[in-house]
Amino acid sequence: MARERHDYDDIPGTFVFDAERSRQGYGINMFCMSLMKDENRRAFKANEAEYLKKFKLTPEQTDAILKRDYNRMLALGGNIYFTAKLGATDGHSFQHLAALMTGSTQQDYAAMMLAGGRSIEGNRSRSGKGAPSKHLGAAGRGKSAAGKRKAKPKSKTRSAKRK
Amino acid sequence: MARIIAGIGSSHVPAIGAALDNGKTEEPYWKRIFSGFEKSQAWMRETKPDVAIIVYNDHASAFSVEMIPTFALGCAAEFPPADEGWGPRPVPVVKGHPALASHIAQSVILDEFDLTICNKMEVDHGMTVPMNLLFGKVEKSGHWPCPVIPLAVNVVMYPPPTGHRCFMLGRAIRKAVESSPEDLKVVIFGTGGLSHQISGPRAGLINSKWDKNFLDNLSDNPRKLVKIPHIDYMREAGAEGIEMVMWLIMRGALDDKVDEVYRFYTVPASNTAVGHIILANRGRGGARKSAAKAAAKPKRSGGKLKRAAARVKVERIRG
Repeated sequence: MARERHDYDDIPGTFVFDAERSRQGYGINMFCMSLMKDENRRAFKANEAEYLKKFKLTPEQTDAILKRDYNRMLALGGNIYFTAKLGATDGHSFQHLAALMTGSTQQDYAAMMLAGGRSIEGNRSRSGKGAPSKHLGAAGRGKSAAGKRKAKPKSKTRSAKRK
Repeated sequence: MARIIAGIGSSHVPAIGAALDNGKTEEPYWKRIFSGFEKSQAWMRETKPDVAIIVYNDHASAFSVEMIPTFALGCAAEFPPADEGWGPRPVPVVKGHPALASHIAQSVILDEFDLTICNKMEVDHGMTVPMNLLFGKVEKSGHWPCPVIPLAVNVVMYPPPTGHRCFMLGRAIRKAVESSPEDLKVVIFGTGGLSHQISGPRAGLINSKWDKNFLDNLSDNPRKLVKIPHIDYMREAGAEGIEMVMWLIMRGALDDKVDEVYRFYTVPASNTAVGHIILANRGRGGARKSAAKAAAKPKRSGGKLKRAAARVKVERIRG
């Protein structure tokens, strides 16, 4: 069955872990959960393909796990809090995984975070139709609320309503 | 009667716990973050709450994908720190407050919030990191300064409860606390956020303008936040930034008008924007008085945000 379409599919570079993915990725996430136990981590590392047979995984999911294709795991129903356990089993820091998923080196990723993170500008929408939130007068619209908080809460409300 | 005197918002980044546990608090990167909580710890020592209600989310520690409760209230006498893959954090077991917790459960379920009751539950960094940030470092052999009632919210699987639902649960919790026969000073924490995305090719997203607007409105105009749909959180604040809805439970449990005692914001801690705020209800006498007034005229106290879950649809259509 084709995936239902949702408003959040328009967010670029994002796999929302929704009820459908949760169902689809149950095996991936339960496999990752099993890695909370040291004996399981050792069994997995001793023979990965064999260990994975214990879980209900599609061939595609098994392949994504064996190749450590983290974005693919997310697309196939894995959730980041679970797949991070696989990364930890491999001895990687979380930033290592983040760098992998974003296609950058860990050094570049760390530098980006130190410089304030990935900008929202240009990263809101695949279609280009995703405007800044009208609810919170977000970046690029109206006056920045920073530093004016006590002074002008009402004017912010008004400007948000006009839009 | 028991009363909620203040609300605390705090991020719960796991790396903050790791920095604390591994003695890195003096490193410049981490000192920048920990020093932002020094005043808060002084405030907390002075305030001496009798109980803290801590709204947080579990990160595949106590709950896997086998069971995903939307709201889970910890009614146990104690909550051991969970093993998140590298051994439990070296912090004391968290003592609960079963009497107040079960009173809250009874009250809010009759108020139409169908909670899951947890009489056995481990708690992860989502709860213990904010505790450290506000209570300071506590040795494993020591004691946290007050008992805690954990309220775990599902924000891992979409959809989490709406911001409106969270705010209204806060309202119901406040009512529950105020109907407790015990004389207790209660603080409530909303944790998680602020903007961050840790999954997929867009990982690393931070939106400081969004975060600052969120904090501004949390203080002055929370009703505006209640209307924010999930898509806006995920688009603007990152897929995992949706944790911010948990702050609305805290805010819903406070008076409409509050005093902002303190605020701190810094980017980044690991992959996340760190936000922190302390909001106090105005004066003990005042809080009691307004509570008494609210009890006398329940229909006026909530304005458009009335408590019955059945009214949500109507609110939406009007909104």
